[in-house]
Amino acid sequence: MSSPSRRSCAVLALTALALLLGAYARPGAARPARELRVCADPNNLPFSNQKLEGFENRLAEIVARDLGASVRYTWWAQRRGFFRNTLKAGTCDVVLGVPASLEMVAPTRPYYRSTYVFVYRKDRGIDVRSFDDPILKKLRIGVQVAGDDGANMPPVHALAARGIIDNVTGYTLYGDYTQPNPPARILDAVAAGEVDVAVVWGPLAGYFAPRQPVPLVLVSVEPQIDLPFLPFVYDIAVGVRRGDERLRGEIDTVLERRRPEIEKLLDRYGVPRPAVPGAGGA
Amino acid sequence: MLDTASNPRLKTSERFYRGTMKKRAACLSLLSFLSLLPLLTAACRTKASAADGKEPAPARSASLAGARVAGQPPAADDGQWVMPAKDYASTRYSALAQITTANVAQLKPVWTFSTGNVRGHEAAPLVVGSTMYVVTPFPNVLYALDLTQPGAPLKWQYQPPMLPAAQGVACCDLVNRGAAYDGGKVFYNTLDGQTIAVDAESGKEAWRTKVADINKGESITMAPLVVKGKVLVGNSGGEFGVRGWLTALDAGSGQIAWRAYNTGPDKDVLIGPDFKPFYPQDRGKDLGVSTWPPGAWKIGGGTMWGWISYDPDLNLIYHGTANPGPWNPDMRPGDNKWTSGIFARDPDTGAARWFYQWTPHDLHDYDGINENVLIDLDLHGQRRKVLVRPERNGYVYVLDRATGEVLSADPYVHVTSSLGVDLKSGKLLEAPDKKTGFGHIVRDVCPAAPGAKDWQPSAFSPKTGLLYMPHNNLCMDEEGVEANYIAGTPFVGANVKMYAGPGGNRGAFTAWDPAAGRAVWSVPEPFPAWSGALVTAGDVVFYGTMEGWFKALDARTGKELWKFKTGSGIIGQPISYRGPDGKQYVAILSGVGGWSGAIVAGALDPHDSTAALGFVNAMTDLPQHSTKGGMLYVFALP
Repeated sequence: MSSPSRRSCAVLALTALALLLGAYARPGAARPARELRVCADPNNLPFSNQKLEGFENRLAEIVARDLGASVRYTWWAQRRGFFRNTLKAGTCDVVLGVPASLEMVAPTRPYYRSTYVFVYRKDRGIDVRSFDDPILKKLRIGVQVAGDDGANMPPVHALAARGIIDNVTGYTLYGDYTQPNPPARILDAVAAGEVDVAVVWGPLAGYFAPRQPVPLVLVSVEPQIDLPFLPFVYDIAVGVRRGDERLRGEIDTVLERRRPEIEKLLDRYGVPRPAVPGAGGA
Repeated sequence: MLDTASNPRLKTSERFYRGTMKKRAACLSLLSFLSLLPLLTAACRTKASAADGKEPAPARSASLAGARVAGQPPAADDGQWVMPAKDYASTRYSALAQITTANVAQLKPVWTFSTGNVRGHEAAPLVVGSTMYVVTPFPNVLYALDLTQPGAPLKWQYQPPMLPAAQGVACCDLVNRGAAYDGGKVFYNTLDGQTIAVDAESGKEAWRTKVADINKGESITMAPLVVKGKVLVGNSGGEFGVRGWLTALDAGSGQIAWRAYNTGPDKDVLIGPDFKPFYPQDRGKDLGVSTWPPGAWKIGGGTMWGWISYDPDLNLIYHGTANPGPWNPDMRPGDNKWTSGIFARDPDTGAARWFYQWTPHDLHDYDGINENVLIDLDLHGQRRKVLVRPERNGYVYVLDRATGEVLSADPYVHVTSSLGVDLKSGKLLEAPDKKTGFGHIVRDVCPAAPGAKDWQPSAFSPKTGLLYMPHNNLCMDEEGVEANYIAGTPFVGANVKMYAGPGGNRGAFTAWDPAAGRAVWSVPEPFPAWSGALVTAGDVVFYGTMEGWFKALDARTGKELWKFKTGSGIIGQPISYRGPDGKQYVAILSGVGGWSGAIVAGALDPHDSTAALGFVNAMTDLPQHSTKGGMLYVFALP
């Protein structure tokens, strides 16, 4: 986590660098170099980290390059209050991954769609595709949990609705923040055999499954939407502050213009993307 | 379940309605049948006597004059204020009597002090000797002010080393509920999980112990209580899947003496042979494990971020436990012990002596951590050592504090989420139609998630025999499904919207007769009354409002006698003390925030009705009435 002093040092360094580069690139330009101010989690691959290894870090570079800007980060652990303390506090202007229906921000058009997936060891000899598979009553199932008040990961609601409760182990989404990428613990649990199958958000599973010591299988969950209305598939967009229409418009344009590059980026990170019906290819 | 009509001991909302109907006929026929008894009482300005007196007396009789504070003669007051609740019995009663109903109208501010902090100020100042101590919200600076000098200049300030990341785990603004003094040291907790002892004279740190881990989602907002050389501290963070505990640190060294968890096996909960709960549902081996699906207790919540009381005669401390989490209720069938309940423990060892569960298998975020006021009451012609608890679920409970038996439980707001408390079994009677669950729409759930009363502590006067409660009047709807996103992962929950309960006021300040189990008077407030209360021997009761009014009422009638507009909304705890000059003073921290005030302190978007877990919907107009800014105000007679 960033201490104020470290953060201000980083900011100073970045600002100095930006000024230098700006002066070098455009001699005589009076305009200060533009900054893309990004709110991001410093310890949350595959999305972002402070070493800039996440696909949202890469996306920030793509967008910034297109806008002729440099990237400046405000680091904040993504927990309750993340938007309040970053985007809404005005310390940064964009969050590079939010559900397109999130009320807290003004989202751009979505730039990918992903799905929850079943994850299990290849050598486990099972073939789980649907929440309605009766085998789920017998397997040890891992899910992630976050927050009370009835708010939780969709798989938790789906299993509860089917009375699959006693064989379910919960891993807090937040985990232990002293460890790298704390939400990834659930993938370790599958590889270690703590649970037979886990239900995990696609990008997280897609990145960490190939990094386990044993081969894991990823299968998109069925149904995509559990009735009456519990979606497992989410469109993800870039979020800006409500009212910041101009920046939203600019980013929309960049996302459209850089689509092939962004698709390649998502492929490289193993982000599972179900086919969009009628969209002409995935 | 018992037949409610045939059981005379059963306190149900039915009885509550009967009382309401009567009053409505007498007073205001326009109000809907859902109207709230205390509010109506206020609207009609009825006194305790006439109308209420005609109500057939319940199966218990009471004498107001018979109420007294446990373990303390009421007259004793050294003029100090060494713990937020004033005394171990948690009365927040000052025996000082210079300020009276006759002269309080002349009260004037005499000095102020800016804390330099703009988050929610929930703390009580302390006064020890001729020094006042003030602890701020994050970054939890401790100030010492010299009361012997004009204007009470700063004596010293202590700034603890803090992890800024703690702000990321705080659920509901960055509050701190105050410090406690004992044996030459000031003790308090920091948001980032430390308990700190500071030398009261010099401001030098005596010791500092990390007790909670923000990396696991734990934080600390509560004020410690010091009992027999032990500093008692509990954790916050139920929504992060932490496991709740109360721990005792040695006041001299800061070493952890014991830790009692609120979920899990008996050995962790410190349940042993001395554990004798009153009701059978709380007896049995390892209920903290078996009342959950396998292993779910490990991340089951039940934190302890509220108040602790102590009875020196029984040698018992009393502390509540917060709601279960982070599972949705369908995934944790069972009573989910020991969440949303209360423990009596031996302060020396932490050993549990009894437990009672206010809200088994909580569905509505009803943390059970409110204040426990220890008084002696005459009930059924018998003097009983009781514990009075205005609970988040909407009932004022009176418990036998030696045994944990529920003697009465009466609704003090409009309650729809339950049907009453069965006094025979001690069980809360569920309202099946208000059962929330994923995917169904449930409307008119009262009280809403912050409860009939959240953390804001009440005061008890042994002179009037009344409990003075600042509280909420909020209901909520849960409808539709809302997508949310955290740590990169989308999740879903009910779209929660809170709004004012019957009467249209979102809060009230109510005087409650704990012996008779009814409101004596009540003053409606437009916003939730989120401050603490103070009552004095001058029969004056003080509290603050979220718009910033600091008010003095007649403790017997509820008549407003004086008010002063402070700079920001008030969610702090008022105190009264005798200054070095012999005069009586009243002090309060102003500075809006907290869960209810997050819309101002956290600059949330009023158009996002679901922000702050749906609380913002009920608070959209607060920014027009209150701006941020922490300031201490001290008042005295000319």
